[in-house]
Order: sequence, then structure tokens, then C-alpha cells
Amino acid sequence: MKETLIKDPLTIGGHEFQSRFILGSGKFSLDFMKAVIEHGEAEIVTLALRRANTGGEENIVDYIPKNITLLPNTSGARTAEEAVRIARLSRELGCGDFIKLEVISDSKYLLPDNQETVRATEMLAKENFIVMPYMYPDLYTARALVNAGAAAVMPLGAPIGSNKGLCTKEFIQILVDEIDLPIIVDAGIGRPSQACEAMEMGAAAVMCNTAVATANDVSMMASAFKQAIVAGREAYLAGLGRVLDFKAEASSPLTGFLED
Amino acid sequence: MRRKRVDHMQYQEGMEIIQSDLMDRVLKTVEKYDYSLYTGRDVERVLAKDHLSLEDFGVLLSPAALPYLELMARKGMTKTKKHFGNSVTLFTPLYIANYCENECVYCGFKATNKIQRAVLNPNEAEDELKAIAATGLEEILLLTGESRYKSDVEYIGNTIKLAAKYFKTVGIEIYPLNVDEYAYLHECGADFVSVYQETYNPDKYEQVHLWGSKRIFPYRFYAQERALLGGMRGVSFGALLGLDDFRKDAFAAGLHAKLIQQKYPHAEIGFSVPRIRPYINNADNNSKDVHEKQLLQVMMAYRLFMPFAGITISTRERAGFRDNTAGMVATKMSAGVNVGVGGHEEEQKGDQQFEISDERSVKEVHDMLVQKGLQPVYTDYIRG
Repeated sequence: MKETLIKDPLTIGGHEFQSRFILGSGKFSLDFMKAVIEHGEAEIVTLALRRANTGGEENIVDYIPKNITLLPNTSGARTAEEAVRIARLSRELGCGDFIKLEVISDSKYLLPDNQETVRATEMLAKENFIVMPYMYPDLYTARALVNAGAAAVMPLGAPIGSNKGLCTKEFIQILVDEIDLPIIVDAGIGRPSQACEAMEMGAAAVMCNTAVATANDVSMMASAFKQAIVAGREAYLAGLGRVLDFKAEASSPLTGFLED
Repeated sequence: MRRKRVDHMQYQEGMEIIQSDLMDRVLKTVEKYDYSLYTGRDVERVLAKDHLSLEDFGVLLSPAALPYLELMARKGMTKTKKHFGNSVTLFTPLYIANYCENECVYCGFKATNKIQRAVLNPNEAEDELKAIAATGLEEILLLTGESRYKSDVEYIGNTIKLAAKYFKTVGIEIYPLNVDEYAYLHECGADFVSVYQETYNPDKYEQVHLWGSKRIFPYRFYAQERALLGGMRGVSFGALLGLDDFRKDAFAAGLHAKLIQQKYPHAEIGFSVPRIRPYINNADNNSKDVHEKQLLQVMMAYRLFMPFAGITISTRERAGFRDNTAGMVATKMSAGVNVGVGGHEEEQKGDQQFEISDERSVKEVHDMLVQKGLQPVYTDYIRG
């Protein structure tokens, strides 16, 4: 099973990863961090920069193993300019060039602002960030993000924290079919089966946080997600089997007219 | 007549080069396409899917898919109905000139053929346009032979302006142009451009296009892209099936169209499926021949791969084939066709490019569609 994965790395901005499970770190106690990462075999962990208490007590960065790629996010940014400021700060703090771009100016639903996100992507790509924008799954926005220099596109499956699963399935499928960048489903995934479904559809990876953080046993849930994501990926690579009933039929109502 | 055979992959003076990698991508991908690898199991898997990948498209074009043609047709018809309902667009071609400066071994218009050549003058063109408009048609396709000398861009532009007076939609099927020339013809009133690559195999292309500017493969390949850069609204693709390996050529045309659609998402995409008919008596055992069965297979593969694309069925095919494919897979058909120069109002002025197999009038085709429960559509376009 491992072998398939080894030959099938996830490539983002020129970096290769074996794991397709991106773990959010915002919603559970830091004491669990190491165990959750290990059980989930995650290689990328997001980090809200506004939560990075650098120099102070309880700094989240200290709880993340050093071999893990940090994916700082710009949560809290309401405009492109604010997002860019947070990203620069993140780089200065040594969090690397990856940035998960979140621009949200609605505090009730926390839906991403696609227009500001495109603008911020362009600004950040010019500063050589590896930009992974969180977005509402819209084809035109996805194309604009490609043109703006994004390294991946992260459409939401459902409102963040809702655990409702792939409410936007049809639209995510369109992005998978049309956009050449990795499509990473972010937000809304509530169960391993939903993560598996996203991977079967051809998503490049799944990011989740709340679903793990709110489980009774966070480590075991991280492990369940890991396995579901591997299963979905392998099903995608294997090609889903036929489901039509192909019985032989004597009559050919549509092709009986053919001659020569 | 012996002429020096120039390098068919080298642009000639005056031919615009645009920044694009689509030709390399198409040629490299087609080179790797090996349809002999696929089996019935692959076909069954593809037929169970809703969205087809490029490889799935290749599977449907393979010989392994032929026994599944009825199932492909059922699935294809569902897609056609989903995207087009019961509508079938009617139009007619008008040949305004048949001079040609190219020697293409398969073509009736080739330069060395001793046929009656002609160009319609503005009065003749207008008479033809009026006569066609009187049949009720609102879409016209203007065609020329490939002679910049006898039918230059300005002449074509002027004829388009005339056509735009009588028709809501004007398409052109002429020699490939530069971007600014397409922009000019668009300004004159043309919105749709058909250019057929004939074959996507550069070696075969070289063997059958002996001389003339059509010999230059890349300039022809990038015609659709230049047309869109010039502001045209839609472009059509096609290979002359049977000229080379039709499976590979159809695969290439589909890929070409897909890449153009991805790069220019606003463009309307169409396919045509001209074929070289197999010689009767020599038929059954040549797997490269394009019989009706293979022709329908190609049409269905296009439909399932790009369900939103228009597919035109020409009067080269017999009425029975056209009537059965209309609405099932084809979404556009010509009617009241004459493929000589002129011939709708006055006596035909120049000889025809090929023989047609369906000479029915617009009224007859209209009635046939209605009788089949289909809806003849004369216009669905508002010029900008």
C-alpha cells in the first residue's frame, strides 16, 4: 500500500509530500499536537499566525515537530493588504514561504472573499510566496487564481466548522476537471468517509481540523482520516469500476441505420 | 509541374507566429496514444463515467469500443439532449471563390486540377445571398479556395459585409489568416471560423500538401487560436478522416479543441467530421477505413468527451445517415446545399469541390426534422 503512495507524491510549489492529509491545528489543546500529527501521518500542518505566541508562553510552533512543513494561514485578514502583511510577518518569523491565504470579511459565516483572495494571491506570488488560497468553489475565481500565481486551490466543501461534508461537490468536481493545480478540499469535511469521497473525485489532498479536534479521541480520528484519504486516493488512481448493467442486446435501435 | 518542396514545419514570410505551446502538447500526446492497448473492460469503465478524461476519449476511439457503439450512442444521445434539447441548427455554405494556390493530393480544388474557376463579384454574391435568405436560412458559411491572390482578405471582408445584411450569423471557411486579418473580418461581421487540419500527423501532412502556403503545418494549426485572438466568437475543428489513421487524427482534433477551450474558455467549440469514403469492394478488412460505423463512433466520442460542443453533419453523407444522427449526436446540419461557386440564384459559375449526397432543400430538411420531433433552429446568435 505504501508503495503506491511513494510513487504518487503530492507536489505543491515544487515541494513533494507523501501525505495528502493536511491537518489544521487551531481547535485542540497543544498537548495533543504531537500525537495527532503522528497518528495522522500529516506532513503539512496549518498554523494561525495570529495564534503564534512567539517568544511567549505556550507557543504553538514549539509543539509542531521540526520535520513538519508549516502552513501558516492569514486568518484574521479582512482585505488583501492585511493578508499580505500577515504573510510577510510569517516569513520574518521563520515560518517559511508557504502561506495558506484566507481573506474573510464576514464574521458570521466565515466565507472567503474570492475577489480579495485573487488580489492577495497576485501580490503574494510576486513576493515568491507559495500561495495556497482558500476559496469558495467558483470556476472563474479558480482560473483567476491560476493566473495570479497560486500553487494550489483550496475550495471549501461546506461552511467552515460545519462538519457538513461535500455540500459543494458538483462545483469542486468542476475545479478538479478544469484546473491544472492541485485542488485541496478545505473546510466542512466532517467524517473520514467524506474525505474519502473527495479523494475519489480526484482532489489532490484534504485539509481538516474541526472533525479531528471535536472527536472523543483526537489521535484515533486523525488515524481514521489518514486511512480514508489513502483509500480515496487509491480508488481514484485505480479507476472506479463499472456500474452499468451491460447485458447483451440483440436490437440496436440507435445504430440499426448504419450502412456501407 | 515540379516545384521545390519546402520545409512544411517552417513558417514563411508574412505568417504570424503567436506565443503558444499547444501544437507541441498535441503532437507529443498523440504520439503516445496507442489505441491497441484498450479492451472492452476499459470501454465499459468509461461508459460508466460522467466526466471523461483525455484517456477515456482515447478509449472510445479505439477498435475495442466498436462493439459498444449502440451503448455509446445511447449515452451520447442523452448528453446531446441534456445540452441541446431537441434543437438542430440549419445553415448553408456558399462558395464565393474556388481558385486555389495549393496542391493537396486529395482535393478537387487543387491548383493543377483543370476545373472551371470563378470568383463571385459583389453583384453576383448579393444575388446569391438574397436567394439563400429567401429560403428562410439565417446562418451562412462563406467559403473560398485557398487563394490569397484571387480571393484576398479585403474581398472576403466585403462579401462578409454583404452577408451580414441578410444573415444573423456569418461563419467563414477560408485560408488561415493572421490575427489582425481575423480581427478585420470579425469587424466586417464574421464571428465563427472553421479551419480543418486535415491530418495531425506532420509526416502525412507533408506527403499530401505538396506545395502552396497550406503546406505549412504550424501556421494552419494555430489558425483557431489566432482567430480567437482576433476576437472571433467560435472556432471549429476537424480532421479529414481516412486521410491518415483516423483514430489518431480524431484524438488529436479532440485534444486540440479541449486545449483551446481551456485556454479560451469563452470560445464556442465545434467539430466537423469529413471523411474519405472507403472504396467499395476493397472494404471489409482494412481497419483504417472510415465506414459509417466508424464515423458514428468518432462523432459519439467527440460528444461524450465534450458534451457541450457543436457537431456538424455535412451533405457529403447520405440523407439517411444525416437524419438519424441529427439530434442524436449532430447539432447542426446544412440544407439547400450547392458546393460549386454560386448556383443558388444564377447558374453555377465554378465547379464543385466534391460531390454531395444530400441535395434536399431547406424546406425538405426542415420538414424531416419536425417529423422526427426535432426543432429546426435558424438563429441563436446576436451579433455584437
